[in-house]
Amino acid sequence: MSAALGPQKHRPIHFMLNGEAHEIERLRPDTTLLQLLRGPHSLTGTKEGCAEGDCGACTVMVGRLRADRLIWQPVNACILLLPMADKSVIRTVEGVAKEDGTLHPVQQAMVDNHGSQCGFCTPGFVMSLYGGWLNRSSFSASDLDDLLAGNLCRCTGYGPIIKAGQSLAGQPLAEWETVRLDKEKAYLDSCEAMPELFYAAEGASYIAPCSKDSFAQAYIEQPEAQIIAGATDIGLWITKQNRKLPAFISVQDVDGLDDVTEQKDGFYIGAAATHHKAADFLAAHFPSLKELWRRFGSVQVRASGTVGGNIANGSPIGDLAPAFIALDTDLLLRRGKEERRLKLEDFFLSYGQQDRQQSEWVDGLFIPKLSTNWKFNCYKLSRRFDQDISAVMGAFALKIEDGKITAARIAFGGMAGVPQRARSLETALIGQALEPDKINEPKIDSALADDFTPISDVRASAEYRLLGARNLLQKCLLEMIADKPVRLAGEGLASAGLSFLCSNASSEARQQ
Amino acid sequence: MTPPAQSTLVHAALRHESAALHVTGQARYVDDMALPENSVHIALGLSDVAHGQLISINTETALRMPGVRAVLTAADIPEKNDCSPVKGDDPIFAKDEIMYHGQTLFAVVADTRAQARDAVEQVKTKITPLAPILSIDAAIEQESFLEKPLTLSSGQVENAYAAAPYQLAGELYAGGQEHFYLEGQAAIAQADENGGIQLFVSTQHPSEIQHKVAGMLGLTYGDIQVDVRRMGGGFGGKESQSNLTACIAALAAHKTGRPARLVYDRDDDMRVTGKRHDIKLVYKVGFDQDGRLIALIIDQYLRCGMSYDLSKAIAIRAMTHAENAYAIPHTRITAHLCKTHTPSNTAFRGFGGPQGMIGIEQIMDKIATHLNMDPIALRQLNYYPDYEAGTPCCTPYGQVVKDGLLGKITKQLLETADYQNRRQQIDTYNQTNPVLRRGLGFAPVKFGISFNRTMLNQAGALVHVYSDGSVHLNHGGTEMGQGLHTKIIQIVADVFGLAHEDVRISATTTGKVPNTSATAASSGTDLNGMAAARAADAIKQRMTAHLAELYQCEADRITFQDRQVNLPSGEYLSFSKAVGLCYEGRVSLSATGFYATPDIHWDDASLTGSPYYYFAYGAALCEVAIDRLTGESRILRTDILHDAGRSINPALDKGQIEGGFVQGAGWLTTEELVYGQDGALLTHAPSTYKIPACSDRPYLLNINLYEGDGNRSETIHRSKAVGEPPFMLGISVFLACGDALRGLSSTKSYPDLHAPATAERLLMAAQAQQKL
Repeated sequence: MSAALGPQKHRPIHFMLNGEAHEIERLRPDTTLLQLLRGPHSLTGTKEGCAEGDCGACTVMVGRLRADRLIWQPVNACILLLPMADKSVIRTVEGVAKEDGTLHPVQQAMVDNHGSQCGFCTPGFVMSLYGGWLNRSSFSASDLDDLLAGNLCRCTGYGPIIKAGQSLAGQPLAEWETVRLDKEKAYLDSCEAMPELFYAAEGASYIAPCSKDSFAQAYIEQPEAQIIAGATDIGLWITKQNRKLPAFISVQDVDGLDDVTEQKDGFYIGAAATHHKAADFLAAHFPSLKELWRRFGSVQVRASGTVGGNIANGSPIGDLAPAFIALDTDLLLRRGKEERRLKLEDFFLSYGQQDRQQSEWVDGLFIPKLSTNWKFNCYKLSRRFDQDISAVMGAFALKIEDGKITAARIAFGGMAGVPQRARSLETALIGQALEPDKINEPKIDSALADDFTPISDVRASAEYRLLGARNLLQKCLLEMIADKPVRLAGEGLASAGLSFLCSNASSEARQQ
Repeated sequence: MTPPAQSTLVHAALRHESAALHVTGQARYVDDMALPENSVHIALGLSDVAHGQLISINTETALRMPGVRAVLTAADIPEKNDCSPVKGDDPIFAKDEIMYHGQTLFAVVADTRAQARDAVEQVKTKITPLAPILSIDAAIEQESFLEKPLTLSSGQVENAYAAAPYQLAGELYAGGQEHFYLEGQAAIAQADENGGIQLFVSTQHPSEIQHKVAGMLGLTYGDIQVDVRRMGGGFGGKESQSNLTACIAALAAHKTGRPARLVYDRDDDMRVTGKRHDIKLVYKVGFDQDGRLIALIIDQYLRCGMSYDLSKAIAIRAMTHAENAYAIPHTRITAHLCKTHTPSNTAFRGFGGPQGMIGIEQIMDKIATHLNMDPIALRQLNYYPDYEAGTPCCTPYGQVVKDGLLGKITKQLLETADYQNRRQQIDTYNQTNPVLRRGLGFAPVKFGISFNRTMLNQAGALVHVYSDGSVHLNHGGTEMGQGLHTKIIQIVADVFGLAHEDVRISATTTGKVPNTSATAASSGTDLNGMAAARAADAIKQRMTAHLAELYQCEADRITFQDRQVNLPSGEYLSFSKAVGLCYEGRVSLSATGFYATPDIHWDDASLTGSPYYYFAYGAALCEVAIDRLTGESRILRTDILHDAGRSINPALDKGQIEGGFVQGAGWLTTEELVYGQDGALLTHAPSTYKIPACSDRPYLLNINLYEGDGNRSETIHRSKAVGEPPFMLGISVFLACGDALRGLSSTKSYPDLHAPATAERLLMAAQAQQKL
């Protein structure tokens, strides 16, 4: 235990679980919420399906105060560490029905539409639908695809669950629910005055500083501590690799670290902004990022995971990094009181190595606005459309003047040990006319081969990566020429003349 | 036993009996059961070499770790170190020779799961690695087979093939598939006062677990009791694969005297357990200018893994479904059981049927391309005739197909799915869209119902009527989500004229119904439903006889309906009153029922017979779109017409059809098992192994049940089994992908496409097509 963590500072973790206030004092800080629920609380309705946040069987709703409002988000309890639940209200599948046992409309809809077969994934689906309910989802077929992307079902083929979801559209909250929500809001209000979380148990510590200064100081004092944000990766070190981490410093309560703001010449994204928050904000300015983020993990992952975490993690794929590199993003780092600014592309040194000093941490990102004549598109290739890690991630920012490419910033993920610019390709493209028949394929192929020597791994072969990367460029050019998406998703389907298959028709067909 | 013609209970779309428990989290699975304070938990020690000599296991350090009670190895097993379903070749713990990466070497038993897990890391093993055989091709090259090839043939195949006007030859590889039941393998065991063991297991086959645990401990079957309330999914993966879990838990309970729980985490589950067999098909087919099939010669190479498990039966089903729906006069089908240093592959929905069928279905599309024919017309030409035609044909294994339906099903489906118009629209679309390509695939299914092994087609049930009129029911089948219990409740309630809520069903247990077969082969309702109906009927007849005597009336005019017993006089008694009277009259109100499927036989030596009581039919028309630049694909629309006979519960049956189709689509698209060169499974969690997610389901999915005269065989209420057959409708997705790529080649040739059709495979195949 660090010297900074004297016993006088230790305070328990506070949360409300299914309407009852709890304090946790003795469990290790790397205990997961799922372990607590299924163990000491005997709430076995929440299931473990994968212990890595990929199947959603452990989905619970977590409510927090944001700008004085109670905001609910679904999270995977299997990778949520207990201290992360501090100052929150939690609802599990056992806490959804009315107190007298009457099924909640969400549950009743699942029953009525034959939404469960083996029943093991069902609590997770109920919770994800319940999340939609609390957040007043439209429950359209496409919103449901998004809402449920993080929940796997092996029995039903999903149709009956979609039908259950659709039947919830437009139903109001019952009065008894409002009463329950008011009580939870009052609990969160009462937590506001609590001091910073300093928690230690069984030889491990967890602190959640409330200001950037305090965070910086803590990391100076405990350089060996693990910074933790959404734990969508660190959670797996614990559950999968059985690693014992002695000290955590959390970004969760740092004031201002999750800010997202528009400035004169660009956008600032605080490191602790969740994907959910950042996506909402940036999608308006970069439409191509909207689809990328829509396919980033799942609702559960986007609610917990942070932009800063995705970058600092240094993954060779890291969906966001190539997109941000192509957008000429600056990375803001801080150590103690010193601040440092560098190009994001320079942060990634080699596989597993980033340009980050001891006790230095990611403060935020600055994404400049696209200048005149620049266009930006990004693409993700993965084995499965939703909730999958990219095989190749390609991001293209091109400056187009008089039908020709006059400047380019192109970055790929999955093509090297780090997310990386394709500099030869950029050079090769200068002067390229934006006409499909005039694309110089041999020149492009050789430039790509010059830039990257990808590996074959569990997600894709080297050949597929190279060919896929080249074809993404071709797709990008086609889309920029046509000025419309040519892809099997969202608006792409509609503009490809497949709109007759979009959501309305589908809901009707599924009524049969 | 003729049921009432228009029962409202049977044939009603009732909800799953546990639906309300599922949605509230109250439904209990093995890992949810509360155990006494002194219980112990188990973590597995797995091999990280695929093939090797196990020299030693040093447990000293681990045994000194906090909470550790025991480290179990092969040396701790009192009797048989075997948990295999058939051949005695699946060690519980490896001894001497290690046979696959992920094989269980030892297990740590500790007070908590975390302690057990920590201690696993402290056990030191010494292994001398040996060269492994990992793939089908490697097994062929090194002649590593479980036994000699199995062959069944009909007609004069060599001559007929040689004389055929047209010939095609080719190969098709189809990958394996992980079950990915959401609930991993799980077992709880506790020793009783006499040294027997009671188990709670997530398994499709409680009786086999009873047998394997008894064999391991040197006890009798009667010493062991196995209970199964429900599984969180099975799909065949808990037919034999739960034996290991149960045996280790039982051994821990036996050694420590404490209740022991073993729940695999996802990664262990995927590394340890067998999967669907991947298969390589090498074929030659002869046909005439009209597209009539003359001769089929096919070699099926199945990767069985390190032991038999159920591979021989799976191979036989692959062989007996190799011709699927088509009457082919001359055939030779040969199965090769490849032995490899990988997990022992096992039952998975369809049980070899999908692997058999996918071959002939791609062949049909290739022939159609070759002859420039409509692929569906080609199929229709070759179907086994519909039964009304009165010209039944014989399968290659000698069974006469008396209940053909695919002619009618296909015609109806093509109309409702608007096939002809859409075919034209899609062709036009493809001419003007260079990047996004659409394709149509059509797959008919003819699936034989019954266990191939005749002996297994038996079932028992036990029905109690208590003196207050409540009914309690047990049968030999297990509930894995398919709704078996719901259907059996419907059947039994119907016999007594009760409502479904009046009949209580409890955990399947070897203590109530003995000598059961696995809940498998889609047979759950056929076998257990009939047995349960017979048990209920026996009680009803005793009641009727007693009441006839009591009220001095004709027994055959007493009826049971609407919770009442109606007497010929017009008087009626409530059911509970009637039961009370029978109790007072000392009438036995408990009965067993037994059923054995009639009219089936099979000769394992000659691979001939009539193994299937009937066939279940269905057809799917599927439309996909493929992105030619990335290989990404989406299922746009699927239309399914499926034959469930006279469905006992249309809602549950449609659920099986939809779920089966999507699971089949997953097998052939996104689900890819990737092994490292050392034999390690690299896709051992959902982060890397991708089953279909919500947005992968078709944008449009129309499912209809075929409304015919019901099953022509005398099954329970003339229904048909529905668990496995719809899985193979997923083949239509694979065929649609092939169709979408067809037009990319200047020669319009059929693409060289293997399964699963991942984005990578599709892009590579598209690339190859464009070079033609």
